[in-house]
Amino acid sequence: MTSERPVLLRVRGVGRRYAGVTALAAIDVDVRGGEVLAIIGENGAGKSTLLKILSGVVQPSEGTLEVADARGALGGVELDGVRDATRAGIALVHQELNLAENLDVAGSIYLGREPSRFGFLDRARMRADARKWLARVGLEIDPGTLCGTLPIAQRQLVEIAKALSTESRVLILDEPTSSLTMRETDRLLEIMDELRRAGVAVVFVSHHLDEVMKIADRVIVLRDGRKTGELVRGEYDRAMIERLMVGRDIAASARREVAANAAVRLEIASLTSAHRRRRPVSFAVRAGEIVGLAGLVGAGRTEILEAIAGVTTHGGEVRLDGSALAGDASSRVRRGVAIVPEDRARNGLFLENPVAMNMSLAWIDRTSRARLVDQRAEPSLVSRMIARMQLRPPQPARRVQTLSGGNQQKTVIGRWLAVDPKVLLLDEPTRGVDVGARAEIHAEVRRLAEAGSAVVFASSELEEVLLLADRIIVMHDGAIAGELAAHEATEVAIMHLATGGAAHAHPTGTHA
Amino acid sequence: MKRALGIIGIFLAILVFSIFFAENFTTGINLMQLTNRTALYSVLALGAALVIVTGGIDLSIGSVVCLAGIMTPWLLIEHEWTPWQVIPTVLAMSAFIGLCHGLLITRLKLQPFLVTLCGLLLYRGIARWMTGDQSQGFMGEYGDVRAIALAKFSIPGLTDYRLPATVIPALVLAILIGLFLSRTVWGRWLLATGRNESAARYSGVPTAWLVTGSYVACSLLAGFGGMLFIFDIGSAQPSDFGNFYELYAIAAAVLGGCSLRGGEASVVGVLFGVATLRVLQNTITLAGYSSQIEFAVVGGVLLLGVAADELIRRYAARRLERAGAVAARA
Repeated sequence: MTSERPVLLRVRGVGRRYAGVTALAAIDVDVRGGEVLAIIGENGAGKSTLLKILSGVVQPSEGTLEVADARGALGGVELDGVRDATRAGIALVHQELNLAENLDVAGSIYLGREPSRFGFLDRARMRADARKWLARVGLEIDPGTLCGTLPIAQRQLVEIAKALSTESRVLILDEPTSSLTMRETDRLLEIMDELRRAGVAVVFVSHHLDEVMKIADRVIVLRDGRKTGELVRGEYDRAMIERLMVGRDIAASARREVAANAAVRLEIASLTSAHRRRRPVSFAVRAGEIVGLAGLVGAGRTEILEAIAGVTTHGGEVRLDGSALAGDASSRVRRGVAIVPEDRARNGLFLENPVAMNMSLAWIDRTSRARLVDQRAEPSLVSRMIARMQLRPPQPARRVQTLSGGNQQKTVIGRWLAVDPKVLLLDEPTRGVDVGARAEIHAEVRRLAEAGSAVVFASSELEEVLLLADRIIVMHDGAIAGELAAHEATEVAIMHLATGGAAHAHPTGTHA
Repeated sequence: MKRALGIIGIFLAILVFSIFFAENFTTGINLMQLTNRTALYSVLALGAALVIVTGGIDLSIGSVVCLAGIMTPWLLIEHEWTPWQVIPTVLAMSAFIGLCHGLLITRLKLQPFLVTLCGLLLYRGIARWMTGDQSQGFMGEYGDVRAIALAKFSIPGLTDYRLPATVIPALVLAILIGLFLSRTVWGRWLLATGRNESAARYSGVPTAWLVTGSYVACSLLAGFGGMLFIFDIGSAQPSDFGNFYELYAIAAAVLGGCSLRGGEASVVGVLFGVATLRVLQNTITLAGYSSQIEFAVVGGVLLLGVAADELIRRYAARRLERAGAVAARA
């Protein structure tokens, strides 16, 4: 059945390396018109690299791409930039929406290729045409509406309309549902179905197996940059996909017991973020406890972690071992607060510098004498941390740039090991990290908790939250929507709270 | 040190060219003046380097040189202060100027370019207004104080070359700043701040204080340099004294391997960067080219140096990537 559908895009032996690290290797894919193809895999499996190659954002280090012409004959192409891909009928809708907020909907759809008459913008035609494309995605809004005023879900549909308006036959969606509510997600899946009927090839990446199983005709599973399986609808089940994703059955994690009488280490009272109006948040974390912050993108998790660390200013109070934490990040670090930021390239690492410098920065002042760097203590402490984090390769002089995502993350975490943090804050601790390194990072976080740290982490992956947390705080729209003990938490229960559903066992508001 | 190799090479090439093609280049008096000027400009360039390391820039150096340099004889001669009052006052004023720059940049989050551009206009304007735009000089007095810059030390075995005293403060500062950057916690933090300010903040580095400190140091060195300059030349016009000195200082620092993106510095490189510009300027004059072409030559050399540096860097990065690819396949 699938084989009768025309192949629009053929990928053969495609691979990509970054600075010697293989992100993707030997990928074969046929993208067919009238079909929804799902690409799944864990973070760092190579999904976004594959999408970037398909849409011309990056060029493959090896392998070939072939695109069908008007008569359906395949011919080899080199997609050197997004313009080439657009010309070949391929359009990508980014995970981070790229609409200019100050443009209206019609202007966004036709950005860079505005219809004109005698050199003047033909606004009437632009709006009329925009209306046509908006109808295709089931969006009944005035094309003159400013994009900035639209909710996320509608902005996404505008992006899809924009992609269709370039006469694309292959539509690529990068995690299109990651910031949508359940109802919005269902609506998007319907639209994907309509596009499929119209003969468009829809390729999408998702972390949600439910959606994938609902809509996809075919599923490609990636792991560590390789294709581990290609499954056709009706021939697979959830467990099969999970096995292909992680290469083993996902075992239930060993539960840890947190002593109920352990002292409260970190206390947050009526915390509000200074630069965004949010409802105040309060919670407490005991020594040795690991608390997971769950919630959708934009629910306010990052803001809480950054406020506790003192990286951003905040209202309300943060107390450590009973006494108030004040001042900026540097004074809080000196009191034992450590943060592992979400965007490690921007906020965590000095990419052009060696591992040793990246690790020692947080504590060279403590090993120094009269502010002179202790030239003997530094390298020996760095090598101990490298060994403890199982950094590969274990070379202190290696530039961080050349390390894989997992090892980069281990470098950031390793920075704090030497100071025995009292509070460890981790924002998306294993984003872009391969499965093996993820397990090692989780083990290290548990060891720190066992040594008495209060750990708070934010993760968008429910699986990670369930695996690592002793207690789960679910956030929705800047406030705490509910709290779940690890043993009573399920993905469904968390999602229910995260999407604004009322809490049953723990009514909203008890902790906020 | 590796970063300084490029500029040392350029310096040697220009030096050899000068020795062969510039008449009177190797005379004792010329070399003496050349060393003196290199030392004086080094004081300014070292300060500029400290700011550039943070990823910032200070365009006000020349105007601070002017204000500090003009104020020194003005206070001594017109207001009859003693040197023991004047020198600390002028240095404190320079440091205060830097503190203002630093606070405006770190607290008010203004761009360094803008803040110090305003400084460039402000301090020269003040210097000209304060003195009624009149030339200021020592009137042949204060020879003992001016000896800080004017003294010359004989070197055994050399008859027509004596070492200018300005070399001493320049070298002491270079060594101190070199040790500061490579050996102290603050130096490490400063380099890290320049490389990635946000990551430094998340690691607990007090970035705002370090950046402020670097502007204080830069203006302080500019003020100190301005004093040495006026001791050396004796008198100057507020309208043109120190003009373009910030650009010489920045150019020397960049030639010496300080990336304007921040996070990289080489004190040895900065010294050779200054020396290169000085030899170039000297040779243009001696070889009989019109001195009007000087700016063009300096600009050309700077452009070549920076372009060469970028190309070498890219080549190294590509080699690294290829080496990594081979290792990954193995």
